[in-house]
Amino acid sequence: MRIEGYNIEFSEMPGAVPVLRAAVDAMQWREACRRSAFDGGRLVALWGSDDTDIGKPPAVHAALAVYSGLMLLTLPVAEERFPDVSDVFPAASRMQRALRDLYGLTAEGAADGRPWLRHAAWAAGEHPLRKDFAGCQPPAAGHAGAADNYPFVQVGGDGVHEIPVGPVHAGTIEPGHFRFSVVGERVLRLDQRLGYKHKGMEKRFEQMDLQQGARLAGRVSGDSTVAYAWAYAMAVESAAGVTPPPRALWLRALLLERERIANHLGDLGFLGNDAGLAFGLSQFSCLKEDVLRLNHALFGHRYLMDAVIPGGVARDFSAEGIAGIRAECDVLARAVAVIKLIYDEHPGLQDRFVTCGRVAPALAAQLGLIGLAGRASGQAWDLRVNHPCVPYGELDVNMVSHRNGDVAARVTLRFEEIFESLRLSRMILDRMPLGEYAAAIPTVPEHASGVGWVEGWRGEVFVALETGRDNQIRRLHPHDPSWQNWPLLEHAVLGNIVPDFPLINKSFNLSYSGHDL
Amino acid sequence: MFQLLKQIIKTGIKTEAFPQADEALRVTAQRLQSAVLERFAGALTIRHVDAGSCNGCELEINSLNNPYYNLEGLGIKCVASPRHADMLLVTGPVSRHMETALRRTYEATPEPKLVVAIGDCGCTGGIFGESYASRGRVSNVIPVDVAVPGCPPTPLAIMQGILTAIASTKA
Repeated sequence: MRIEGYNIEFSEMPGAVPVLRAAVDAMQWREACRRSAFDGGRLVALWGSDDTDIGKPPAVHAALAVYSGLMLLTLPVAEERFPDVSDVFPAASRMQRALRDLYGLTAEGAADGRPWLRHAAWAAGEHPLRKDFAGCQPPAAGHAGAADNYPFVQVGGDGVHEIPVGPVHAGTIEPGHFRFSVVGERVLRLDQRLGYKHKGMEKRFEQMDLQQGARLAGRVSGDSTVAYAWAYAMAVESAAGVTPPPRALWLRALLLERERIANHLGDLGFLGNDAGLAFGLSQFSCLKEDVLRLNHALFGHRYLMDAVIPGGVARDFSAEGIAGIRAECDVLARAVAVIKLIYDEHPGLQDRFVTCGRVAPALAAQLGLIGLAGRASGQAWDLRVNHPCVPYGELDVNMVSHRNGDVAARVTLRFEEIFESLRLSRMILDRMPLGEYAAAIPTVPEHASGVGWVEGWRGEVFVALETGRDNQIRRLHPHDPSWQNWPLLEHAVLGNIVPDFPLINKSFNLSYSGHDL
Repeated sequence: MFQLLKQIIKTGIKTEAFPQADEALRVTAQRLQSAVLERFAGALTIRHVDAGSCNGCELEINSLNNPYYNLEGLGIKCVASPRHADMLLVTGPVSRHMETALRRTYEATPEPKLVVAIGDCGCTGGIFGESYASRGRVSNVIPVDVAVPGCPPTPLAIMQGILTAIASTKA
């Protein structure tokens, strides 16, 4: 199959996501990236795989978002080198650096050659995701990660000094290191160092079968467990050629919207608090707790972990459940509207929010900002609208987007998305079909592949799967939207004062765990 | 301002709102408070360290401070530096990249240096286990007083873990 503008032979992949895939050579790899960028597409994920154990060269893979859906490119890599595409998609830079750490495959011509996910847990010449990596077993105790001298970007000039922050942060948040170069209070440059939470998840997946993998997928980033579990299930179902029963898909959508509501409520509370309005945190954390308790009562888990499984969902829910969620929707809609009014009219709060941490739409487009933060900077991408899977096609999701790109825009967006998710929840309850809630997953042939692509609360979660023998996982790559958005945080903070950083950071609320893998 | 005050008054005191969960909470809370009063002069300070979790446990540690559980109301407070802390709450399997940071945080904490490991991963390494990148359970890296299982453990279970650790200092 041919597509206009691409000199590549594509084939279609079955499953819930519209995917075209092709094996390409180095020239086509760059051409396809350039062409899709020119047409307004973007890079969704870039990852590697190792087939040297079956006598094939290692490969790099890219998922590009194009008008028809996803374009999946596979480039077999000779002599451990492949062409850099970070000049076309700046977001590729960190993914390529991670690829070199994990596979030893180098993007030739890339401007930034520093390691990314590797600190000191393994040596520069070792590549943990290679099939022949000997260090799968834990090294002997006492092998503490020695300090590695990461070359942070240095800013020179009169009065410039550095503020190192982390990896252990002052609040109850995840670990990472931020190196600020400042003059007085103003930030001249932020250099992020992540990878502290790298715990070998991708290697762990390769020791699991398809059922066990679902549990781990739900723990790539705990706050997005439904999005990951659904994307993973989608990938398994696409590889197995299974379509879940309709009721399961509607239930998944209900769970995904509940996850979105709970996270947005929590974030709005913290954003108020970080700007000095503790009232907001008390109010929103109560509302969030109510949602979590209802989750526990109806689905057996406060954060809905393990509720989505390959083939469907883990359990159905009762008619009382429907009434409970309806009542909750009404309460939430009223309460959130009241607090929104208070937020909107609070001069101190708005003074902190407006113009703070701004990412202009042009920069967002250039660097590939996505998800919630992207929509607040004019990047109108939402999978529930652009490529709706069942049941979103029937729900007519209203995408929310803004162009100001500041903290205020990301706050407003969260408010509006809560109202929209409440509307969707009600519609799902009204229209959800009856019937089975799970289908069996048969034995999947070896080397079958599948992908999943789901709009989580933070942005799009992508999962690529290749199966092994006896329903084992041969390769699994989970991709968090935080990969794309972390670099934008470095830009958002420029020119702002250091004390505004926590507020700006919170307004993005990116995942460390989902990124560090 | 009027709206804000109205909303505060309308919301009332949420800490007593849910009778069922409340009963369990009330018992825990009272025991906690007396232990805190007795052992730590009415104020226990906690430093949380995420040593590699999936961030699920962090969500529940944050829940501890919502008005329903109101941990701070008992004199138990999260602080920004280990040097101010009586207790460390450690989550996650300890990733090798966080090992040094966790050790240094532990060294910076003054006596009694109570350590509560939170979640299945903190207790056993959980689903991530031990690998080239993960040291597994927290006690593989620093001494642990109490381990609270759960994925993630409920706020109530974390409260009980804190209480158990305080009670253990009597011996």
